[in-house]
Amino acid sequence: MSVAEPPLLSDPRTNTTPEPHIVVEDLTMAFGDFVIQRNLNFTICRGDIFIIMGGSGCGKSTLLRHLIGLQTPARGRVLISGESLWEVEPERRDAILRRTGVTYQAGGLWSSMTLAENVALPLEQYTNLTGAEIAELASLNLALVGLAGFEDYFPAQISGGMQKRAGLARAMALSPEILLFDEPSAGLDPISSRLLDDLILELRDSLGATIVMVTHELASIFAVGDNSVFLDPETKTQIALGDPKRLLAESQDPKVQQFLRRGEPAADGTIQTRQRTQA
Amino acid sequence: MVETTRAPGRLERPPTAAAGGWTADLLTPGELTVRLYGEWVLSSGARSAAEISKRLSGAPRPSRISFDSRALEAWDNILINFLTKLEAAAAERGVTVDHSGLPGGVQRLVALARAVPERQGARRTQQRPDLLTRVGSSSISFLAMSADLITFLGEALIGIGRMLVGRARFRRSDLMIAIEDCGPNALPIVALISFLVGLILAFVGAIQLEQFGAAIFVANLVGIAMAREMGAMMTAILMSGRTGAAFAANLGTMQVSDEVSALQTLGIPPMEFLVLPRIVALSLMMPLLTVFANIVGMLGGLLIGTLMLDITPIAYYNQTIGAVGINDWAVGLVKAVLFGAVVALVGCWRGMRCQRSAAAVGAAATSAVVLCIVLIISIDAIATVICTTLKI
Repeated sequence: MSVAEPPLLSDPRTNTTPEPHIVVEDLTMAFGDFVIQRNLNFTICRGDIFIIMGGSGCGKSTLLRHLIGLQTPARGRVLISGESLWEVEPERRDAILRRTGVTYQAGGLWSSMTLAENVALPLEQYTNLTGAEIAELASLNLALVGLAGFEDYFPAQISGGMQKRAGLARAMALSPEILLFDEPSAGLDPISSRLLDDLILELRDSLGATIVMVTHELASIFAVGDNSVFLDPETKTQIALGDPKRLLAESQDPKVQQFLRRGEPAADGTIQTRQRTQA
Repeated sequence: MVETTRAPGRLERPPTAAAGGWTADLLTPGELTVRLYGEWVLSSGARSAAEISKRLSGAPRPSRISFDSRALEAWDNILINFLTKLEAAAAERGVTVDHSGLPGGVQRLVALARAVPERQGARRTQQRPDLLTRVGSSSISFLAMSADLITFLGEALIGIGRMLVGRARFRRSDLMIAIEDCGPNALPIVALISFLVGLILAFVGAIQLEQFGAAIFVANLVGIAMAREMGAMMTAILMSGRTGAAFAANLGTMQVSDEVSALQTLGIPPMEFLVLPRIVALSLMMPLLTVFANIVGMLGGLLIGTLMLDITPIAYYNQTIGAVGINDWAVGLVKAVLFGAVVALVGCWRGMRCQRSAAAVGAAATSAVVLCIVLIISIDAIATVICTTLKI
């Protein structure tokens, strides 16, 4: 058999027809009487990269916290693979959430542990692997995000971009079906940010995971987003839903247009950059 | 294809229901085809690549590895790990690896794991230095830390000097908040502890003194012990746990979140703005707390005296007044000021020298408390020797 076989088996994890993975039904988010957002309805398909966008303070991160069960909806439901997070037994909810990986805005790495220990902790808790096997997998996860050799560093000893990637390695440790990123590229330089986008795309394509991202980096939004929801802090609800590139071209809503064009009121379908006259 | 050639040296692993596995066949001479089947997932356990790696150097020696993944049902990092290990073993032996038989996602992940080579010099070799080196380096760091504490003390004294001439930059409200926190807010816990200390002293003394018919001297014992030693020392130990740790954690967190840097860039010395109000507040409040602690402690003694020894409150009061002189009060209060300054200084010092992580904040608070207590008891011992020698 000298000729390489064509990949006869289509990938068991990417070969999926678009099917709803996360469904948000009539969700109202509130702290006590203070409503953050109401009447949110959208569906995230398996294998999509879904962007949650909107101006500062519109409740993007709060929405993310609802999707991972850190906060209880004031009304409505969040369904993951058809199961409502708050209507199943707590044990079942933990099992559902174990199949999701999250990276936090500030990294959320445990500062008293090395990178390898950070990545290893979920594996130690939820698998029956031996210590040596866990160490191997932790190194592999770090290598996947480009941090080979940094196993014994503490989070405080590496740069911000590396912390973001280490957070990503930890989020992927249990091979989750859903990855959620809260501002993955905040605080990164454009090149690191671009590399992180590429990495996220690569991981989606190879792992077949569903990815939900909170971000307001326009470059990232257009580079990776398949679908998106736009939250408006004034009307306190979603005002746009769809592929960000299509929203840019077709949305009639001035707020969405303004956001996607960085405040430039261009109507010719291109993103203008402000001309700087000062030296 | 797999079925056609059962090459010599076929390796078989028993297929189980859940766990995945592999079989390796030498199909054409020199080409090892690895057939992957079943589920290669975290929940079914890891597969070692050692066995198949051995196969690469065994005779007949393959020069090429290919894969057949048609029976593969599910995979995650377990498979990627197996493949990267296999690949490393193959590279060592000069065997080429053909990934084309693997699912697309697997191919991409294996490539991604190799994409960023390990940075040269990044990996740390953790060698434990020998005993002599360790003793030496901890001695050096101890000396450096002592020198640093003295520097910090010097800076604080300069700050206090500037404050006395009214040139230190801090907000009066910060000072007031610090005073409220280390003064009135500490009263309940100080009251409870010193009452119990007075009670315990009286109790222990009562049993001994009653044997000589000298029960009334319980008042002397409790009064002098509280005024000279226990009042100041117990309050200081309480304050090091309560306030010293809080200072260290507070300033340490400010260090982590760049609040201290923000002050520095504004040209406001953190020493004056953050440290001085705390040192002044605690040094002012400690003597007051100590007076309070002494009185409450004597009340604890009074309770035992009246209930257990049938001493009237008036007799106990007169005995205490006669026994505790102004010099006893003075010794206690001087120590109290000193202890207050030490607790505040050490707490602030550990906080300002905090590294930039959550774990470091915890370490700063811990070392502040430990160092405070060690210093308080040492200073108290030295002060007692001096006072005894000078007959104060």
